[in-house]
Amino acid sequence: MTRVGRRIAELSILLGPVTLFLAVFFLGPLIIMMIYSWLAPGLYGGVEWQFYPHNFGRILGFADPAFEEFDPVYLSIFFRSLKIALITTFCTLLVCYPAAFQIARLPDRWKAFCLFLITLPFFTSLIVRLFIWVLILRPTGIINGLFLWTGLIGKPIELIYTDGAIIIGMVYIFIPFMFMPIYASVEKLDWSLVRASQDLGANGFNTFLRIILPLTMPGIIGGMIIVFIPALGNFIVPAVLGGAKVLMMGNLIEQQFLYARNWPFGAALAMLVMTAVLVLLWFYVRYEMRRGGDAAVTR
Amino acid sequence: MPESIVRLEGARKAFPLPEGGVVTALGGIDLEVEKNEFLTLLGPSGCGKTTLLHAISGFVELDSGRIHVDGQDVTDWPPHKRPVNTVFQNYALFPHMSVAENVGYALSIAGTGRQERTKRVDSALAMVGLKGLGNRLPRQLSGGQQQRVALARAIIARPKLLLLDEPLSALDKNLRAAMRIELKNLQHELGISFVFVTHDQEEALTMSNRVAVLNGGVVQQIDTSDKIYNKPVNTFVASFIGASNLFEGRLEHSAAGAKVVTAEGDAIHCAATRKTEPVTALIRPEQFSLATANPAREASLDVEIDQVVFVGSVFELYCHSASGRKIIATVPASEAAAVNTASQKKKARLGYDPAAVHLITTKDAEP
Repeated sequence: MTRVGRRIAELSILLGPVTLFLAVFFLGPLIIMMIYSWLAPGLYGGVEWQFYPHNFGRILGFADPAFEEFDPVYLSIFFRSLKIALITTFCTLLVCYPAAFQIARLPDRWKAFCLFLITLPFFTSLIVRLFIWVLILRPTGIINGLFLWTGLIGKPIELIYTDGAIIIGMVYIFIPFMFMPIYASVEKLDWSLVRASQDLGANGFNTFLRIILPLTMPGIIGGMIIVFIPALGNFIVPAVLGGAKVLMMGNLIEQQFLYARNWPFGAALAMLVMTAVLVLLWFYVRYEMRRGGDAAVTR
Repeated sequence: MPESIVRLEGARKAFPLPEGGVVTALGGIDLEVEKNEFLTLLGPSGCGKTTLLHAISGFVELDSGRIHVDGQDVTDWPPHKRPVNTVFQNYALFPHMSVAENVGYALSIAGTGRQERTKRVDSALAMVGLKGLGNRLPRQLSGGQQQRVALARAIIARPKLLLLDEPLSALDKNLRAAMRIELKNLQHELGISFVFVTHDQEEALTMSNRVAVLNGGVVQQIDTSDKIYNKPVNTFVASFIGASNLFEGRLEHSAAGAKVVTAEGDAIHCAATRKTEPVTALIRPEQFSLATANPAREASLDVEIDQVVFVGSVFELYCHSASGRKIIATVPASEAAAVNTASQKKKARLGYDPAAVHLITTKDAEP
């Protein structure tokens, strides 16, 4: 066998299984979803095999009024999801960025311990952790209990089943996802560059803006993407902490598939979320290419 | 008296050790750097030379003592306010900026206009021989070129003083030798003082106006290169710089002249007038010779030869005296015949000029 031939055989053995697995169990269903989103809903669930653009029409406002009515509620749920996901992303960033610097400067032993603490939640059930927040936030929960007891408030304030509750829960579960990429880039930061900047006359603010921020930007952007994408489609947190009052895209899609049994409409909603994510990723790839491209252009 | 650009008074700094206790990095240093001077801080690792440099640039806060730069007390100034710039050991070039942006960083921070900045960046790059490479990224340059970028970046703001932290240690040998000369020329051209940190004595001796030899956080000797080499004030300096034969003993006077007699019984003739107590006589290896040119004036030492090593320009003779004291002598390559005879006999009579024997009377400085 030639060397190239052997290399191909090697690669197909190494990459074959995972390619096959993803093709059958990820790409396949995804294509089915794409097709379903353009089909008509069946009377008792399932699909009718006919072209039917009104699933998207219902969301975006060009529905055939005879069958499906345009309802701005879907778009408003989409934008609320977008808003909550963005707020979650920025809040986790705000929490994780300074923390990464503090932890990166600790002695090795403490560093390892702090990283362990941050990954600790992964070892506990997500549902259990979210229900703890229910105990904290509900009208008879810890916060309200404390405020009532101290007399700061006369009656329980509404904490749970609000956007705020969802954001608290999301920030809580996504902190480790934001922290890891940021920490990786902060840990890599060469502090002699910071000294060089100060030596050349830059104060702390300028040094941060011109040296520290650009050099840790890959971690910031990586963390934002890793948090934003699952936050946008998340349905567990709104289900537990938003109750029936605050819906996000994830819950809406879940409802369409499981309760309304309108698969095509659920698929169309899912495609909308995916498009939003892909647009975001496209900007990211362009950013990465420009960064890598700098070197190529001037070579 | 020459004007001084930097003056340190009683600079002290101790660092706590992780396992408890402290290590004294600076044990009370008084030092002046003159205008247009190339001063080298030389010493073994851990002698405090880098701490001293960082104290001047502001990255190390002194426990006590004052630092004046250009007549101003800068002891409590943060690094970015001090009129000094540094060439860092690993260059510390900003990887996300082009060469021109790196070099122009200080100007852009200071708010210098774009036109003026471009002009000065170009001239700084030309000065270090990197004309036309402004658009490259640091990682696209060789080690030597990166070194020059770091240099250009540090001189562009025309600091009162340039600090260089072992800047040549990462370069290969030939490049290092070339950069030494360039640095020296650059310093002359710019007319600013350089404080250069190194553990390489050859570097120190060839480039500097004055060398400050540090050990244990204190200045052992600060003097010109040849004084440091030929007239070291203590045994640390004598043994740290170059190879040396040290004979510590008591000075004895007799009709034949003065000599230093060691505890083991070796006697080294010297020209001493004072009746000093314990002294150490220093004879550099090249002060010995095999051929006794002037028997009347020269003294000699009988030794047994252990090993002869030819290193090109000289023969190195590793010997021991009758008392067993190890002695090293170097003999020019031109005296190959004499070396051969001596190495066959395993014995030699090493001649030296008693007048050239340097006597060390002071102890090593301690904090």
